[in-house]
Amino acid sequence: MAIPFSYTLRNLLARSVTTLLTAGGMGLVVFVFATVLMLEEGLKQTLVQTGSMDNVVAIRRAAQTEVQSAIDRTQAAIIENQPEIALDRSGQLLVSKETVVLINLKKRDSLAPANVMIRGVAPVGVVGLRPQVHIVEGRAFKPGSAEIITGRSVADRFQGAALGQRLRFAGREWTVVGVFESDKSGFESEVWGDAEQLMQSFRRPVYSSMVFKLRSESDFAILKARIESDPRLSVELKPEGLYYEDQSRLLANFIKYLGLTLSVIFSLGAVIGATITMYASVASRTAEIGTLRALGFTRSNVLWAFLFEALLLGGAGGLLGLGLASFMQFFTISTMNWQSFSELAFRFILTPSIGLKSMGFALIMGAVGGFLPSLRAARMNIVTALRSA
Amino acid sequence: MKSPAIEIRQLVKSYQRGGESVPVLRHLDLDIAAGDFVALMGPSGSGKSTLLNLIAGIDKPDSGKLLVSGVDIAQLSEHALAHWRAQNVGFIFQFYNLMPVLTAFENVELPLLLTPLSASERREHVLTALQMVGLQDRMRHYPGELSGGQQQRVAIARAIITDPRIVVADEPTGDLDRSAADDILHLLTRLNKELGKTIVMVTHDPHAASFASHIQQLEKGLLVHAIPTH
Repeated sequence: MAIPFSYTLRNLLARSVTTLLTAGGMGLVVFVFATVLMLEEGLKQTLVQTGSMDNVVAIRRAAQTEVQSAIDRTQAAIIENQPEIALDRSGQLLVSKETVVLINLKKRDSLAPANVMIRGVAPVGVVGLRPQVHIVEGRAFKPGSAEIITGRSVADRFQGAALGQRLRFAGREWTVVGVFESDKSGFESEVWGDAEQLMQSFRRPVYSSMVFKLRSESDFAILKARIESDPRLSVELKPEGLYYEDQSRLLANFIKYLGLTLSVIFSLGAVIGATITMYASVASRTAEIGTLRALGFTRSNVLWAFLFEALLLGGAGGLLGLGLASFMQFFTISTMNWQSFSELAFRFILTPSIGLKSMGFALIMGAVGGFLPSLRAARMNIVTALRSA
Repeated sequence: MKSPAIEIRQLVKSYQRGGESVPVLRHLDLDIAAGDFVALMGPSGSGKSTLLNLIAGIDKPDSGKLLVSGVDIAQLSEHALAHWRAQNVGFIFQFYNLMPVLTAFENVELPLLLTPLSASERREHVLTALQMVGLQDRMRHYPGELSGGQQQRVAIARAIITDPRIVVADEPTGDLDRSAADDILHLLTRLNKELGKTIVMVTHDPHAASFASHIQQLEKGLLVHAIPTH
């Protein structure tokens, strides 16, 4: 590009108000675009981090989630006696037979009710199978007691869920003896207690799922084939990470496609704004264009100079939008996970890939908006353009 | 007799206006010798600016021959003509036509961006040109910070920066007071005498025309007579 960068940049700066308004419009669209992708990423990471790829989840065949699943005690006994299941240092099987129930709790700030997942786990299921879980306040629940521990997000956001408080459900009172964190994963939106106590209280004779660790990850295919072909069992095995990834898909895709559709609609407005700005820029510089062409700059030199100006405009909008969107990382929001019907808290997460996609989106808006005005500039007749001086 | 820098034979140019063809130049013949300083005069609509545009290669004739330094520029493609202008023609406009967002230095440097010169070589050339027009101390100023006469001198530095054979000037003093106009005309005379540039200048002002070595008078698209000024 022979026409200097300084010419393009200073022309944008010379019309600072118009430039700022146009870039601001594009920035808002990029903000929406980036925020949607950050939301999707946050949701995915929250749910995907929940599961570990070396744990295996067993749920009833055809059940999409633990809430819909049921595994009776006989089936559970068959599964936990499989030789591929690992033992901990004390020789105890690394198996947690779990029950999952939804209850209704009131949010601390709005008093609005929301579904919260109660997970009954075996003591080994707290830290033995889930090393990412850390009790950060209080202690773990004692087996056989009416004690529960709450995830950080539940403890912070729901009435009666903080350390030392009591929650009433399943016909009895439960004392919160600990608060846990798990690397911002979905477990932080759950309440955990002793599985046997919870099953009795909820009068549930069956488990919802089983989680276990294998001696070796390579055993998964053999075990899956054996369990899934056993006529006594109607269960399906999935790596825990994959299970939670599937859980995130429906909601993540909904957020993504709705958000992207809105972004594309908004972007039409921003593109029209950029087009108007660039047409005005071309019109106000007709004599300059004529002069550049007279001096020997070619049509393509002029085309690229104006297109580059539009790209700079888009780039400025992109940076503005990304800058605004980056503040969203300080916020945590919650929504209902449509697959488990429970409240799930998650953060907006900005990744380099989202940054690149957002900048790409902004540059495309700039290029589309600037193309026709740039073409007009390049096609100007020199003599006519010079007469406008 | 000097060799002709510009040879024009049977040049015809017309414009379309309201669906009708309006002839501007009618089978015009003209020779301008290398190193000549020619003033084109005539009433409005006589075709002098059109002739200047054709000589400068920013417009194309309908027919006829237009040889500039032996090249028939009427036959050049749009792209080739742009390169030809960059190498062979320097432009001076009535309203200076400087880029308002570029400094005097950057404005003068602009045509050199089309050459393969390095940044340090370009800087050297620009400083020499600005020195020649007496504006080396204003090189960091933007056009808006310069007087009309100073802006026109920057434009002259820009016109000669690529060392073109021909300089075309369209009413170069039309927007200046008498004193600034005289400065510019003296500068053009220096370009003609000291650097040997062939200058073609359109003007309405007989005083400006008196600085040229010849005056070509146009009327209704034809040369009516040539007047030597010295």
